[in-house]
Amino acid sequence: MELSRLPGFLLRRGVKAALVILAIVVCNFFLIHAAPGDPASVIAGQSGAADERFLAQLRQQFGLDQPLYVQLWIYLKGVLTLDLGFSHRQQLPVWTLIAQRLPATLLLTGAAFVLAVTAGVTLGTLAARRVGSWADSIITVIALTFYATPLFWVGLMLVLFFSVWLEWLPSFGMNSVGVELYGIAAMLDVAQHLLLPALTLGLFYLAVYARLTRATMLEVADQDFVKTARAKGVPEGQVVRRHVLRNALLPVITFAGIQAGQLVGGSILVETVFAWPGIGRLAFDALLARDYAVLLGVFFCTSVMVVGFNLMTDLLYAVVDPRVEVEG
Amino acid sequence: MDVSRRGLMAAAGSAPVLMTVSEALAQGVTPRRGGTLQMMLTPEPPVLQIGVNQQGPTLAAAPKIFQGLITFSPTLEPQPQLAKSWTISPDGKEYIFKLEENVKWHDGRPFTADDAVFSITKFHVELSPRARAIFTLIETCEATDPHTLRIVLKQAFQPFLLMFDPTACAIVAKHLFDGQDYRTAPAVQQLIGTGPFKFTEWQRGNFIRMDRNENYWKPGQPYLDTIIYRIIPDSQSRRLALETGQVLLSQASDIEPFDIPQLRSRPNLTVDTKGWEYFSPLSWIELNHRVKPLDDARVRRAMSMAIDRNFIINRLWFGVGKPATGPVASTTRFYDANAKIAAFNVREANALLDAAGFPRKADGTRFSLKHIPLPYGEIWTRLSEYLRQAMRQIGITLELESTDAGSWARRVGNWEYETTINFVYQFGDPTLGVARTYVSSNIQRVTFTNTGGYSNPRVDALFEEARTTPAAADRARLFSDVQKILVDEVPQIWLTELSFPTIHDKKVHNVITTGLGPSKSFDDVFIAG
Repeated sequence: MELSRLPGFLLRRGVKAALVILAIVVCNFFLIHAAPGDPASVIAGQSGAADERFLAQLRQQFGLDQPLYVQLWIYLKGVLTLDLGFSHRQQLPVWTLIAQRLPATLLLTGAAFVLAVTAGVTLGTLAARRVGSWADSIITVIALTFYATPLFWVGLMLVLFFSVWLEWLPSFGMNSVGVELYGIAAMLDVAQHLLLPALTLGLFYLAVYARLTRATMLEVADQDFVKTARAKGVPEGQVVRRHVLRNALLPVITFAGIQAGQLVGGSILVETVFAWPGIGRLAFDALLARDYAVLLGVFFCTSVMVVGFNLMTDLLYAVVDPRVEVEG
Repeated sequence: MDVSRRGLMAAAGSAPVLMTVSEALAQGVTPRRGGTLQMMLTPEPPVLQIGVNQQGPTLAAAPKIFQGLITFSPTLEPQPQLAKSWTISPDGKEYIFKLEENVKWHDGRPFTADDAVFSITKFHVELSPRARAIFTLIETCEATDPHTLRIVLKQAFQPFLLMFDPTACAIVAKHLFDGQDYRTAPAVQQLIGTGPFKFTEWQRGNFIRMDRNENYWKPGQPYLDTIIYRIIPDSQSRRLALETGQVLLSQASDIEPFDIPQLRSRPNLTVDTKGWEYFSPLSWIELNHRVKPLDDARVRRAMSMAIDRNFIINRLWFGVGKPATGPVASTTRFYDANAKIAAFNVREANALLDAAGFPRKADGTRFSLKHIPLPYGEIWTRLSEYLRQAMRQIGITLELESTDAGSWARRVGNWEYETTINFVYQFGDPTLGVARTYVSSNIQRVTFTNTGGYSNPRVDALFEEARTTPAAADRARLFSDVQKILVDEVPQIWLTELSFPTIHDKKVHNVITTGLGPSKSFDDVFIAG
């Protein structure tokens, strides 16, 4: 890649990304308001008693008494100044709520992502190198099993096994509450809590990467340049690493780019089963409570991330495969 | 005003406290200081400031931080809390509360009668529809001295005391709210009360932590050092947390009824279904009377007779709760055991529908109705599925439409439904929690009003008279009359008197001692053994 072309590329992609995000925000806004019910009626429904004045007060406070286009305009102005608004339901700014929950989700999805990519690519490579052997069969069967099993079931089984029978790992939460832990002990505590949800979330993708890596490596291994490398006496390890794996990685990177974006929003199920205090849960609760500002805020954050990851994927292509050029 | 009455009240109030201690002693367990009690809270409330939020989870957790003037025993006798004694004038209009004198807010400021006046006349009147409806009866509410509160009503109102439990009228600090928007005041996030536990930390989606108030006004209490509410969104994960001892107590809807039998069989756990007497939630099939033929009392009666309520309690709720017998729960005051809905009888129900002019058509059905299951968890879906079977036996087709909580509230509030399920708290007295569903003056486009649109001038008149009649005996007669009319007309098809299990480790003591179950202050709860 020519470095001189990078700033122009980033600028063009940045403008495009901003437009895409703006369109997403507007679409989300109308989609959310199209759902029946509003936050005031939800609160009235949960309060056990209500009257007209109560509803009117809430709607006025939430700004729901304004016409929809005015509400959209106010929201857009806010987003342009990076103000995601205020959750009247929780009486806190949306940024505060998201900032409280985002680290937990990034930790969980980050761990699951690293686990899935490293273990998946390693297993796929192993399987491809020993095609037809018992190791290949075992890996293929395992990958297929994880690929086909629903997430929540895997989660529940892991909990049954590790928390209930073996009593090794806690079944829910992100940390031990009510005990004072500092430094290494606190990190180990979080790691213990992280293991099961990260496994649950990562296993499916691990399977996908393993299968993808195995398939593309087998495809690449038959190509002429690999034969040439072998013919000129390049050691087998180097052939696999530099010639086969590197070329086989492109589809894996494509998929990882998509996955990285999905992970943030896609962890709702795992966050629910493991009571992980992340952003997926925040979005889900906000949806049920019709907490529009929070929901839009989470959508905004995730769409920014998806766009960001796409950009990073494109740059990574160029790094892995010099033939690929960055283009606006 | 007589002295003996005051003495009696105070004695009645202190008795339960003695009882719990002696009860504990009888088990060979003396209260022990210390320990952390981990519980669960489902769903996570948006705000814990009582008044600003009135959801079930808030009402369960916030009374550890905030207190009321009084609270209630399982038989709904008033017990002292911030008010150590009270007197009521013979005409039922003047209430004088003597308040505890050494009470401090968690920020160190003294609690006085001014705080009570502010909470009653301003805070809750502004925020709470329930308080608003009752406290408009107040003519004067004043602090005659720093520890005496005097309330004069425009007219006698016998259930008045029931409005002073912390879940109905928690006392909040005047100095933190007066002159501000109550909903957005900083104190809504930094909770300051007079209760046995101080709010310390809330990691949203994770846990809420409260720590022992060292300056609590009851000497030596509370016993616990810390209370932690874990937020666990999945019901199976909650059950696991309880089974593995990661939490020691579950309450309200934490545990799905179908998980109760297994938990009952665990030797270290106690399943207690008492403690819902104050709320006495009653469930029913909510009918929209604007939809034909639901305006026909014979149709409603037939539908009611087609339902086997014992099956619902035994097979769906696994023995938790009781079959409903009418519009008033048996734990609510003025329940008339003689006014009962017609017994389960499918044959008679069919005959009634035939006579009402709804014969079975060629395909065996009479008519069909849309039905929205209550979107509050698996158990309610199962209930609606049972009801579909039950209605099929009398030729009525129920078409289930699922929805989520937001849409449910909206549709019920806007009368955009044919039938659904609802359950409503009764708050101890038919005037407070029953009348609202049946009087025509309360037909509103708001949930928990008379959304069904039932209207009967005789019922209106009886409820109105009972509301303003001062003597309990006269009210009992009026409520009996109205119950007799209602069980005959079946404006809503009552199903069960709900109760919710409080399941806890046996080493946690004094959990359920009042009529408010896990919503009590927990100042006498301790862990031992």
